[in-house]
Amino acid sequence: MAEPRRRTTRRAPRVLVLRGGTVVDEGGARRADVVVREGRIDAVGPDLGVPGGATVLEADGCLVTPGFVDLHCHLRQPGGETAETVVSASRAAVLGGFTAVVAMPNTEPAIDQASVVREVQALAEDALCEVAVAGAITVGRAGERLAPLGEMAALGVRLFTDDGRGVQDGGVLRRALDYARGLGVTLAEHCEDEAIAGAGLMHEGVWSSRLGLPGRPAAAEEAMVARDLALLRATGGRLHLLHLSSAGSFRLLAAAKAEGLAVTAEVTPHHLALTDACLADFDPVWKVHPPLRGGADVAAAREACASGLVDALATDHAPHPPEAKEVPLDEAAPGMLGLQTAWPVALAALHDGVAPPVGLGGEPDPGSPRLDLVRLVGLLSWQPARIAGLGPEQVGTQGGPIVPGAAANLAVLDPACRWRLEAGALASLSRNSPWLGATLTGRVRHTVVAGEPVVVDGEAQR
Amino acid sequence: MSPSSASPAARWDRRHLLSVADLSRDDLVELLTLSERFAEVGRRPIPKVPALRGRTVGTVFVEASTRTRLSFETAARRLSADVLSFTASSSSLTKGESLRDTVRTIEALGVDCVVVRHGCAGVPTQVARWLGDRVAVVNGGDGWHEHPTQALLDVSTLQQALAARAGVPVEEAGVEGFAGLRVAIVGDVGHSRVARSLVGLLAVLGAKVTLVAPGSLLPASLEGWPLAGVSHDLDAVLGDLDVCYLLRLQTERGAGRFLPSLREYRECFGLSAKRAARLGPDAVVLHPGPMVRGVEIAEEVCEDPRCLVLQQVETGVAVRMAVLYQLLTPGESEEVNRG
Repeated sequence: MAEPRRRTTRRAPRVLVLRGGTVVDEGGARRADVVVREGRIDAVGPDLGVPGGATVLEADGCLVTPGFVDLHCHLRQPGGETAETVVSASRAAVLGGFTAVVAMPNTEPAIDQASVVREVQALAEDALCEVAVAGAITVGRAGERLAPLGEMAALGVRLFTDDGRGVQDGGVLRRALDYARGLGVTLAEHCEDEAIAGAGLMHEGVWSSRLGLPGRPAAAEEAMVARDLALLRATGGRLHLLHLSSAGSFRLLAAAKAEGLAVTAEVTPHHLALTDACLADFDPVWKVHPPLRGGADVAAAREACASGLVDALATDHAPHPPEAKEVPLDEAAPGMLGLQTAWPVALAALHDGVAPPVGLGGEPDPGSPRLDLVRLVGLLSWQPARIAGLGPEQVGTQGGPIVPGAAANLAVLDPACRWRLEAGALASLSRNSPWLGATLTGRVRHTVVAGEPVVVDGEAQR
Repeated sequence: MSPSSASPAARWDRRHLLSVADLSRDDLVELLTLSERFAEVGRRPIPKVPALRGRTVGTVFVEASTRTRLSFETAARRLSADVLSFTASSSSLTKGESLRDTVRTIEALGVDCVVVRHGCAGVPTQVARWLGDRVAVVNGGDGWHEHPTQALLDVSTLQQALAARAGVPVEEAGVEGFAGLRVAIVGDVGHSRVARSLVGLLAVLGAKVTLVAPGSLLPASLEGWPLAGVSHDLDAVLGDLDVCYLLRLQTERGAGRFLPSLREYRECFGLSAKRAARLGPDAVVLHPGPMVRGVEIAEEVCEDPRCLVLQQVETGVAVRMAVLYQLLTPGESEEVNRG
């Protein structure tokens, strides 16, 4: 695959120094400065000094990491431009420390053919970060006829999904897995059996029963995970499971991995941080598919991240304008913003072990597993980079390692800064973040994309 | 949220009535007492007091309901309030206007209180959030969530029945008679806003509530609900009841997804004359209406003197007068009969 066309490299300074931080990559953590020259890492080491004419970004007290890679991001273009655009989402992405995002294909029209792939790739030339396009598995995401996966793969598409829904017809998914095998691409499934999920508006359980809201049972997710894994076993393709959320799904995933199936899985920060109890105020900001689940599911999701079972954190960043959210719950669109809050929310849930609801009054829970920072960054960076096909051994643009010669896609993360998320700080065109007004710990200080400092001291530079 | 309210509620702030969880036992007693006094107003030749003169009550009913809307509007008029009525079919909601814009419009017209009925749970809570404290919001029934005034009128009706059974005037009956009262709520509990509100209120009063339904019509979880029991067998509980509360069965539930047929439901869970004969002479039958005769309740049982359905309707107006009065005259509760 060719390197993506991007206009941004022209804006990179000739020499950039990230000074005084702790470099974290797959090789571990060490105190080091990083010198970037012409968009590539030139030198890494302690006290390197500043070459004449270099731009300096201070990184004291911070982690200098490979940029985050979001496998699951709704950019809403084409068709949903009142909610988000490729450029506005990319600005939110870099503010969140992401240097690459995968654009989900549930646009209008869907990204289900070469022409739409090209359209989004063209829009991405103005993006602040790298944008990898995901294609639909079926035409119009209708779950009936295979989309031209080969044509789209030829344009660089590495991930195919009908996200927003799973492929409901197992016979169709089976053939898709067979077909995709020959292309070397990955199919990604939104696992919810629609016949079981029905018209459910939240997780089915104690809270849906109390609140009188129709439930989406965990069984809707687990039934499709089980079916998809059985199909994967039969076809030998490669499958990625999007936003797993229920304890039963993690048990199925563990068995499948133990068996050696080529399956990967992601979890969203919100499923690690929030529970179905949030719905008690009936605010549609909490409505998301799969739904926020019970405390035992959240604990299982954290454990699955800590044990290494889960491969990646992904935001499922899903912008919606007020007219899609300030409505009764049964009319409200599912989804929440995630790009700008992924780092502090993941840090609180997986490193500090803060009990849900994270950022909204939750206290540290001694029973919650604690991930060290290297592994936490791995879940956000090199691990998803590999699933996206952008990783160190692939295209090589994302996920590190931070060594001379590597592409300079970097994030500088402050793990201690406490800050309040104000609506005005959201780069997204939408405002549907569950953390508006919340105080969060951990902030993205700088982001460097192909050598260009696109975020400096928490401010987007364009 | 009410069925789970474990700790006693703080005193009602009288800004909105969104859930029975808003009400403490003292608030409930106060509302029942007030309601009894308003029932007396209803029996006057001219059933009207000037308590809310100059105030405006709006009703926003986005889900079809004539009975509840008429009951609220009658209550408002008997208190001399002006009434603005919005229904889904006649309003701009059918022209694509959002509910939020409709609510803003109604606020701009100058209402003091708005009664909200909606097919989706939580809408009255959302409306209250949109309006802040500028307008009092009453939950007139939201999805499967709650119907607080229905539960209040049910409790008020039961209080009257308990007073009659004890041979004392209602004013002196109090709520002690609810302690240990054996109540069965029969039918489609899962999809019932009435059941969720009623379970909450009866628990506050110390009644022992048993839910009776097939598994497909029960909520997915009953964790935290203050219940004496759950049964799938009406005949097993019938002999030991003080109150048999029948829920309406929406006929589409009988189409095969929740129930094999309406006939099977009637056979297993309908209150037939034969089953009614097993109820004690002092037992009472309640139903929130509208009744589906021949399904959850047999024709003959509707006419049984132990069936208090019409008394419930009458009580509904008085209870809603009490609620509107409490919301719109903070601190004036001793002046009900002024003028």
